[in-house]
Amino acid sequence: MNISLEHVSFNYPAGVQALSDVSLDIVAGESVAIIGENGAGKTTLARHLNGLLRPSSGRVLIGETDTRTLTVARLASRVGYVFQNPDDQLFERTVAAEVGFGPRNLGLPASDAKFAIQNALERVGLADEANSHPYDLHVSQRKLVALAAALAMTTPIVVLDEPTTGQDAEGVERLGQIVDSLKADHRTMITITHDIDFCAEHFERVVVMAAGRILVDGPAAHTLAQAAALAQAEVEPPQMIRLARALKLDASPLTVNEFIEVWRSNRTSTRSADS
Amino acid sequence: MISVRHLTFAYPLTSTASLWDVSFDVPAGQFCAVVGPNRAGKSTLCYALSGFIPHFYRGEISGEVVVADMVVAATPLAALVGKVGLVFQNPFNQITGARMTVRGEVAFGMENLGVPREDMLIRVNEALEMVGLSGLADRSPAQLSGGQQQRLALASVLVLRPQVLILDEPTSQLDPLGTREVFTVLARLVEAGGTTVILVEHKLEWVGAFADRVIALAGGQIIADAPPRDVLNSPEAAAAGVGQTRYTQAARRARESALSTAAGALPVTLEQAVRFFSSRSVDEHIA
Repeated sequence: MNISLEHVSFNYPAGVQALSDVSLDIVAGESVAIIGENGAGKTTLARHLNGLLRPSSGRVLIGETDTRTLTVARLASRVGYVFQNPDDQLFERTVAAEVGFGPRNLGLPASDAKFAIQNALERVGLADEANSHPYDLHVSQRKLVALAAALAMTTPIVVLDEPTTGQDAEGVERLGQIVDSLKADHRTMITITHDIDFCAEHFERVVVMAAGRILVDGPAAHTLAQAAALAQAEVEPPQMIRLARALKLDASPLTVNEFIEVWRSNRTSTRSADS
Repeated sequence: MISVRHLTFAYPLTSTASLWDVSFDVPAGQFCAVVGPNRAGKSTLCYALSGFIPHFYRGEISGEVVVADMVVAATPLAALVGKVGLVFQNPFNQITGARMTVRGEVAFGMENLGVPREDMLIRVNEALEMVGLSGLADRSPAQLSGGQQQRLALASVLVLRPQVLILDEPTSQLDPLGTREVFTVLARLVEAGGTTVILVEHKLEWVGAFADRVIALAGGQIIADAPPRDVLNSPEAAAAGVGQTRYTQAARRARESALSTAAGALPVTLEQAVRFFSSRSVDEHIA
């Protein structure tokens, strides 16, 4: 299911223009990270995808449908949205009931719903906590419950708002694996994040926003190497690109593995030049 | 400035202790970071240092915590708040909701301590300036973004000028610029004002660049306590779930694959990584 934003502008009631003429096309199965400073319009943009916000001008298409013609409830079967703060989202008495709320409301048959719940809990590693009260879990686990609740709806599009906030090293790694497995299922993944290394390691395409506009949009290695545009958005390149730059290597490695390969070939070539 | 002796604490109705026989001292004016996986006991330690344990959160406690010459368990919270400030992990828990403006929220603590009005105005402006919220002084706290609320929570504690500042992941919702600003403010408080800082933080690159010392917690116990580089590049800390910067990971991989013969400790920060990857050993030069 493709997504298309056509010349979208949005003004909050107080008059602040949070999006100015934003156009963006996302093809089904793409993984896209939206980065930029606090207040750049990232969350405002994401909330246009599930209809929580409707454009002041321009239009948003989810599939072939203009979001203005669908209710948030109808859009919920197409776009799963995971809030930054899980406590904005969780309200049931058990983890299983919470994760089952979406499938039940989408009218899935009981057996399908059960399968979807089990599958979502296994994906986030919380199968053993199905009967726990969400608020007995650590906040980092509640975030995973919120994610499972969105995944259980098996929407073709999943939006993650700051998924790594408050997660420890293991939690971030698990989130990366979840994103990778959803990509393998050809679900469209969209994230808003300040965690630039997470973005570099798991998202193919990066959109840089500042002051309600898109500054740069393209493949991660291309976008994250544009130091000037990133600086304008108050973002630093990922650690491995910064290291490569500081060592004057002519490459933009996104991951530790890529850096090691760049370093290996650079060493080989300088050695042969020395001899 | 801080002395913790054999501190053990278990929340009610739990079978395992959140902190287990924890002992350490922090001298005045030290910037001490606390790292570790989730559920290691980091937030519990913050509560125990600031008096929320045992005065607000009950539970089974043994051992002793002394902060700014006060035995925490024997000192009422009202007496502690003037000397020890805690910035909560979740800013929504910090903001009172009892004031209609950012300015009023920052002044709230001082109102309760009876600070004269003229001083309050000066100190509020100073604190808002420090966290970069000066332009939003008249906004309602409820209308701020997550990152702005986090800055407000910090300002409302800074304004009390505590001798000991305890912060529980104060940059979790901030962009890189905001994170840099918070670390810079903390470093300035330590250097200029002699403030003692205890900072719980997952952003290890920043910890490596700014902290004087790192305490790593796992399973309620201290598993390492040393200068940042020694803790953050240690395989033991990584195995306990502390994590490592990509710089450390890259350097370890390079060393293991014999792509680097640089001697000495693995790097944690960019600066250290550049030195690590630029250095060539003697035999390499000969070759």
